[in-house]
Amino acid sequence: MTGWLDALIQGVLLGGLYALFAAGLSLMFGVMRLVNLAHGDLIVLAAFAILFIASKLGLDPFVAVLVAIPILFVIGFALQHVLLNRALGRDLLPPLLVTFGLSIIIQNGLLQVFSADSQRLRSGAIETSSIQLGGGIAVGVVPLLTLLSAIAVIVLLNLIFYRTPIGRAFRATSDDLEVAQLMGVDIRRIFAVAMGLAFVVITIAALYLGLRANFDPTIGPARLLYAFEAVIIGGLGSFWGTLAGGIVLGLAQTIGARIDPEWQILAGHLAFLVVLVLRPRGLFPRAQD
Amino acid sequence: MPLLQTRGLTAFYGDFKALYGIDTTLEKGETIAIIGANGAGKSTFLKAIAGLIHGAADSVLLDGSPIGARPAADIVKLGIALVPEGRRLFPSLNVEENLLIGGYGRKAPGPWTLDRVYAMFPILKERRVSATPTLSGGQQQMAAIGRALMSNPRILLCDEISLGLAPIIIADIYAALPQIKAEGTSVVLVEQDIVQAMKVADRVYCFQEGRLSLTGRPRDLTRDQIHRAYFGS
Repeated sequence: MTGWLDALIQGVLLGGLYALFAAGLSLMFGVMRLVNLAHGDLIVLAAFAILFIASKLGLDPFVAVLVAIPILFVIGFALQHVLLNRALGRDLLPPLLVTFGLSIIIQNGLLQVFSADSQRLRSGAIETSSIQLGGGIAVGVVPLLTLLSAIAVIVLLNLIFYRTPIGRAFRATSDDLEVAQLMGVDIRRIFAVAMGLAFVVITIAALYLGLRANFDPTIGPARLLYAFEAVIIGGLGSFWGTLAGGIVLGLAQTIGARIDPEWQILAGHLAFLVVLVLRPRGLFPRAQD
Repeated sequence: MPLLQTRGLTAFYGDFKALYGIDTTLEKGETIAIIGANGAGKSTFLKAIAGLIHGAADSVLLDGSPIGARPAADIVKLGIALVPEGRRLFPSLNVEENLLIGGYGRKAPGPWTLDRVYAMFPILKERRVSATPTLSGGQQQMAAIGRALMSNPRILLCDEISLGLAPIIIADIYAALPQIKAEGTSVVLVEQDIVQAMKVADRVYCFQEGRLSLTGRPRDLTRDQIHRAYFGS
């Protein structure tokens, strides 16, 4: 019994990580209908950025991430303004091709600069410390922080989207590009800001990716798959749905692993397929479109 | 110098030529109406002024300066707001958010605020947190007009604001026009309802297949002239 309860708790915590992977993707799709095939690689890129800053400046990763966030915001803003805005349009194919190309470039660039060695973000005792919940169940501090960060990110994104002028501009742009311009919204700039914001979320996701497990330049595409599944399970266009999607995926994986360790990954994908069959628009789809 | 002027305004949709050298003027405080049959180019004319499609830079002049090549997001900042055909409210935004985003780009001080729009259309205040798809057509049109006014425009462009509405609702909406004009706002109305257009406009332009076919003051135009300008032959 304890084993199953433990699997449930660990599954929810793992879901926090997947929700962080997915939140940035959800934001990009929500605002500019961009399907970003480089998303996983961008998370890995951000993890290397945190690693680089932490080792060069001798900082703890939790501090290094604060240095990395504004830098990654600027990189995201520039990437959208210079490259992706040119690819977006009526045709769905160009952004897919461009982000696919970006994915290959990032992987190979990281291999050149950082080699294929596995890396980790090191933060001392916190990595291995845990909190006893009693009954033989303990939760790791880092997994708990991951889930709390995912919730914080989603609360903040909702505040930005539903309580600020720029959030209204994001939603209006997503509804109707042409009329948003009639309101004085500069579409290219609003897309760039949205991408900058997505890069901030990516950087936070990267911190926990690097703290919880080893990473190397080639693991991006698998993270992309989890992020996609979480977004689709949750339903397009809802940040809370994305959190729920991440948790469903995390739960399915830990419960699958509890049945048989070999089933972890498979169980996650099966849960995704089941949701697609039963609720093709996800658990919490937006009312329209 | 007229407030707004089009000089030889020619516009295309892809390869299709929708406007052939349109000359119009709009003075400060004036209301003009553009009438004409479906496909005459009336909406295209408004879109070209609002910057959604582009002719030559100097074919649209605001205070004598060419604005024909400026993007739509700049045009609204210069004080020209469009109420688009079909209302086109943002469905993910509630009524109040739709009004607020009207003032997103142009933060000009002026008479139009949330309170002022609510005073003009009290029903919008009651429905302020409603999703816009749940509004009636008339309420949606009021919200679309209010949204455009929130930028405190110098020129208000209205595209078919009576389309698809019951006559009594149209009367309600047109009753707001004097309040808008009283603030010194100039108005360009595109209207299929000729009677309505003649009632409120200082001058009328009639379009036919992308060309100007008639212009004049409503009281100077005969029924026969309008009929010919409207349908040709």
